[in-house]
Amino acid sequence: MSVLLGLFEELVTIVTTVLLALPYLAGYVVFILLTLLLWRVVKKSLTSKKDFGSLKTVTFGDESAVSSNFAASVVSVVVIFVIWGAFTGSALLPSFLHMPAAFEGEAEFYYTAENESGLQDDALVRVIVHVVGVDAELPQIEAGDGFAKNDAVAVKAYRSGLLKWDANDEETRKTGARVVAIDGEPIVFGIDVDLGDIRVALTQKGTLNVKPDTGLQMEPIWLPAPEDVWGRLTEIITTGFKNYALAEHLGFSLFRVVVGFLLGAMVGIPLGYAMGLSNWFRGWFDPIVEFMRPVPPLALIPLVIIWFGIGEVGKVILLFLAALWIMAIAARAGVSGVRISKVHAAYSLGASKLQIMRYVIVPNSLPEIFTGARVAMGVCWGTVVAAELVAAEKGAGMMIMVASKFQQTDIVILGIILIGVIGFGIDMLMRWAERWLVPWKGRG
Amino acid sequence: MSGLSIDNISMRFDLPDGGSVQALRDVSLDLEAGELMSVLGPSGCGKTTLLNIIAGFLTATNGQILLNREKIDGPSAERGMVFQQGALFEWMNVRDNVGFGPRMKGVNPAKARETVDHLLNIVGLQDFKEKAIYELSGGMQQRVALARCLANDPDVILMDEPLGALDALTREKMQSLVLKLWKETGKTIILITHSVEEALLLGERLLVMAPRPGRIHKEYRLPFADLGVGADLREVKKHPDYVEKREEILEMIWNMEEEIMGRVEAKGI
Repeated sequence: MSVLLGLFEELVTIVTTVLLALPYLAGYVVFILLTLLLWRVVKKSLTSKKDFGSLKTVTFGDESAVSSNFAASVVSVVVIFVIWGAFTGSALLPSFLHMPAAFEGEAEFYYTAENESGLQDDALVRVIVHVVGVDAELPQIEAGDGFAKNDAVAVKAYRSGLLKWDANDEETRKTGARVVAIDGEPIVFGIDVDLGDIRVALTQKGTLNVKPDTGLQMEPIWLPAPEDVWGRLTEIITTGFKNYALAEHLGFSLFRVVVGFLLGAMVGIPLGYAMGLSNWFRGWFDPIVEFMRPVPPLALIPLVIIWFGIGEVGKVILLFLAALWIMAIAARAGVSGVRISKVHAAYSLGASKLQIMRYVIVPNSLPEIFTGARVAMGVCWGTVVAAELVAAEKGAGMMIMVASKFQQTDIVILGIILIGVIGFGIDMLMRWAERWLVPWKGRG
Repeated sequence: MSGLSIDNISMRFDLPDGGSVQALRDVSLDLEAGELMSVLGPSGCGKTTLLNIIAGFLTATNGQILLNREKIDGPSAERGMVFQQGALFEWMNVRDNVGFGPRMKGVNPAKARETVDHLLNIVGLQDFKEKAIYELSGGMQQRVALARCLANDPDVILMDEPLGALDALTREKMQSLVLKLWKETGKTIILITHSVEEALLLGERLLVMAPRPGRIHKEYRLPFADLGVGADLREVKKHPDYVEKREEILEMIWNMEEEIMGRVEAKGI
């Protein structure tokens, strides 16, 4: 019962989070629709092509009339970078597109202290808000008159700073003095005073907490600007990351994938053929393949580490296992998919079993095998990154994992982008090879 | 005797539910070399089963088939087969498809090439030698299938509804081509079809089969195939004998179908 209650509470949290995101999603959709309207207007002004598709009157629901609009793709990618730049204050964007930045610079306010006997005195506080990682020099200030003396405090942007206002005062908290107002506005614990660039709060102990305005931009530690990521890329291309060059990290990941996939294909394809051609082999391997197929390769990582350690052998074996079952099933499907009339035709044209294998079954199964290879390469790439996240000395996954431990968010984002680009590249390469090597796919 | 001798063929196989099906019962038939026989019958009469047994893809439970006095045992290059569709190898171009048989036999490539070129000329595909199979129309694909079968120089050609998937006009052209090839090559041909018209036009002999169990119902010897060689098939179809035979056979098959339907309904009740 308590489990169900716990699950229900979690569900409520999830739903509220999703609901919070809904307005932004709706805004995004509205923006997409606006660009669509804009595109229609632009298209009208261009000379319209009279190709077959544009002459169709029924396009809604006609699958063949829907193709990917290149302009939309370009705008979509540009918008992602614009949003990224706007929320990080990127120098690549004109500043009017920037979201309000976090406050940096100087501000001042005065606080009103009241001593035990009810006497009040004002003192000025100068606040220096500076970037993290840069030390700020506190200005010399005059103490001023009255029992409350002027103060200065340095606060890091996106952080807050505690001001012991009574450190230099004649009446301190120990003698019963307390702050009652900021810039004339009364202040009590729990209710902050907003001064625009900074907010001032009273702590439970009676000190002041100065919080500079954080704006809407992300702090670089959460999300660095695009140009910072680019700069980091050029930097680690030349100097490397954790003793290894960038090319070495990516190259090792690719090397593991290629070797693991090739081994998996070398064993999996003959296995699939055997399962497709012989009752006994199918019976023998069906339980093994059908059990191993739904086991995510990621679930094997701990066992592989226990057995083979974190070196290359373990990784390649993991990827071998990831590719093996996919390739075996693809080859099996390829063999099973051969039309019996083709095999009959080959036999009655005088082909031997070996010739049937070579000239009919293998070429007929190639399209399925290529589809399997594309899936297997995708799975292998995902698996290698995950395996490197767990433990590795080099590799794309290791790079982002280590970078995250050192809060080098730019490298984390850079790594994610590179992993995505390489994964996309692998898929493109496989598609190209497929078009080149099996042009008859789907035309049997 | 050179020819095909089908001797008392029966085919009975067990079903998974414990029952059994008598697909063919006591089918006997002799074909002289060079004869063209069409086989007609309602669905389930076992005509495709018979063809598969002759081709060697199935073993009859009783009886035997002799080709040139030798017992048939499994598929072989002396019995070529033309299928309805989808039996061409789409990973090879037209030339390689037609040359497949000679290549398997290890015929010298130059000689095989000559045969292929010659046959592609006959079927009218001389300009499509390097094309991929999927670039051809259905009619052209069947021309390739005919040429591929002939390239192997088989004794018997078995055709399993080779024109079944073609449109009416293409079908008529292909019927003329089949007659032309038959006359020019002198091959023994067995042609299975669903179309009474086609069976009459192309069959020197016409075998009507009856279902459950599959058996020979009636056999005709017809003059139309000889009349049709090199002639306009539409003229042949206007021949009074042709019209009479067509009606007779249609009636026969119609009655068989009615009987099957009756039996099925009786079983249902």
